[in-house]
Amino acid sequence: MMNALKLPYLATAALSGALFGFGLYVSQMVDPLKVLRFLDFGAIPVGGWDPSLAFVMGTALIVMFIAVRIGKGRGAPLFDTSFHEPEYDKIDRRLIGGAVLFGIGWGMAGICPGPAISLIAFVPDNLWIFLAAMFVGSLAGSVVIPSGHARRLADAQ
Amino acid sequence: MESFTPLTAALGGALIGLATAVLWLGNGRIAGISGIFGQLLPPAQTVVWRLVFLVALVVATFVAAGKLPAMREGGDVLAKLVDAPAGWGVPTPVWIAIAGLLTGIGTKVGNGCTSGHGVCGLARLSLRSLVAVLVFFGVAIVTVAVTGVV
Repeated sequence: MMNALKLPYLATAALSGALFGFGLYVSQMVDPLKVLRFLDFGAIPVGGWDPSLAFVMGTALIVMFIAVRIGKGRGAPLFDTSFHEPEYDKIDRRLIGGAVLFGIGWGMAGICPGPAISLIAFVPDNLWIFLAAMFVGSLAGSVVIPSGHARRLADAQ
Repeated sequence: MESFTPLTAALGGALIGLATAVLWLGNGRIAGISGIFGQLLPPAQTVVWRLVFLVALVVATFVAAGKLPAMREGGDVLAKLVDAPAGWGVPTPVWIAIAGLLTGIGTKVGNGCTSGHGVCGLARLSLRSLVAVLVFFGVAIVTVAVTGVV
């Protein structure tokens, strides 16, 4: 962690965050309605379904898949000694339960954490309510996870 | 289908992929937004880069909106979040608060969201992430069908 406060490390974080923000805007994934129009599979037979989100995921995955391959070849990232890959690989009740709760929340409002943060740029009505609730939920969630487990998961996040 | 935007979706997706690639190859970190956000809390030892990332995310979205106003489809869409579906008797702020709460708890307990599991996890060929993605996409699709929020 000795590099974590150095300029190249922080500049990398800034570049990544900026690219992420541009990507979310250009793809219109900042728009909760656009996300909901993808999730609305009931519209497939009747028309009006918007498959855009699948295209966003598709190209993002291709680019990241190549990066992961490059990383495997190099063995270490540029500004740290190793890749922080999640150690924990069990498919357990926490993973499933968490994904179920998140799925309900996502389906209710069409907002996942990335767009929730990027929407601060527009401050739509009720956004602060969503962000505050997400923060509280995250706090509450960390109570559910025993501290040893959280430490092993930490690198994954 | 008039709202389908394959070109900008693919381009934006590539930018998001590039963002996760930069953080992975530069700092060896997974660009999972729920994790970056959730670990702003103590006892996170690496709060600084997380803050830098999130501030850059917001600023870039703001700048992009200024440079590319035409992509702000609908205009008013980003002035407010979705309304609670009619007939459920739930005020919109309460609906949004419940959605936020579930998103916070779920991504913390399930250890990831659309970016962490969806982009980074799948690209790393993580089975855990694949299961998480199938579950939260499936549940979200069912939720939209049940609530009729669209």
